[in-house]
Amino acid sequence: MTAPHSPADPAWNALFLAWLLASAATLAALFLGEVLGHTPCVLCWYQRICMFPLVLVLGAGLLPSLDARVVRYALPLTVAGLLLALYHWALASGWLPENAAPCQKGVPCSQNTVVWFGFVTLPLLSVLAFSGIMACLLYIRHKVRP
Amino acid sequence: MKKTLVISAGIILLLAFLFATLSATSERAEETQQRVELNADVLVRAHAPSVGPQDARVRIVEFLDPACETCRRFYPFVKDLMAQHAGRVDLVLRYAPFHAHSDQVVALLLAADRQGRHWETLEALLKTQDQWVEHHTVQPEAVWPHLEGLGLDMERLRRDMADPAIGRLIAQDLADAELLGVTKTPEFFVNGQPMPSFGFQQLQGLVEAAVAQAYR
Repeated sequence: MTAPHSPADPAWNALFLAWLLASAATLAALFLGEVLGHTPCVLCWYQRICMFPLVLVLGAGLLPSLDARVVRYALPLTVAGLLLALYHWALASGWLPENAAPCQKGVPCSQNTVVWFGFVTLPLLSVLAFSGIMACLLYIRHKVRP
Repeated sequence: MKKTLVISAGIILLLAFLFATLSATSERAEETQQRVELNADVLVRAHAPSVGPQDARVRIVEFLDPACETCRRFYPFVKDLMAQHAGRVDLVLRYAPFHAHSDQVVALLLAADRQGRHWETLEALLKTQDQWVEHHTVQPEAVWPHLEGLGLDMERLRRDMADPAIGRLIAQDLADAELLGVTKTPEFFVNGQPMPSFGFQQLQGLVEAAVAQAYR
């Protein structure tokens, strides 16, 4: 059997990677919220609004074959999500004053529910996921001139 | 080929999600079970209102918030369940006022209990819940019109509500809820067993199993 995808198709691979990132982030968010019961704060919800549709939008650009126009449609969601994630990260890390936080009763955005190794928090993971997706999309735009 | 790759990646991700969900759920169920076994003595307190036959061998302990919508929906269901197993099941109510200002309504209910009118007051308040809870916040003054016709001595009720002893009972219920890991309402324990997962069917199954075991 040949490889399931052609290595000569780096743009498709980049989109596939972006889709994997979006899917993993979406499932992880659902797991934390629905299974572990961590109520999402307001900023988390706005980031979810940007992340969840990316699974479907990127997926639609992936099959049956690469549609490079997907970049045009997915980039606005990605950039918006990245800005929100950066703001949230800054807030949760204490780089922004706490009174700037839009807090929902009982679920403050400035408080980290998950901390791994002392610095990996949910807002940081969100920043990484959105940046990764953005890097993939920009790479596709660079590779395929529509 | 691309399709195969995308679909198999999707399936792997979903399987990972499913596996994580299952293991987290069973881990939590075990934890809850241990917590309840360790703190079994705080499930029932003398002050907790109860209803049903003295010699019932099946006891439902419910943690309830009078301002909670799901509690309102469960109330007639629990009543039905008790009627279906008449004489075999009783109900002990613990209060978990998690909604803002809900503790004032609980104080009112415990004060009504001193007049022997707890259950009719609770039913009247649950029935009219949407008129005194707005956006998950209790409007304490909006409760009063719904107490008419219950035969309550209003002056005594207001006096008892301010009694620090009643405040202590509410604090006791909340402390017990925390010990038992109750963070959401309603929460049910049937002969000390928590629901395997949340739902009407799960509660019914738990009660039926307990009745079958106690009245073999």
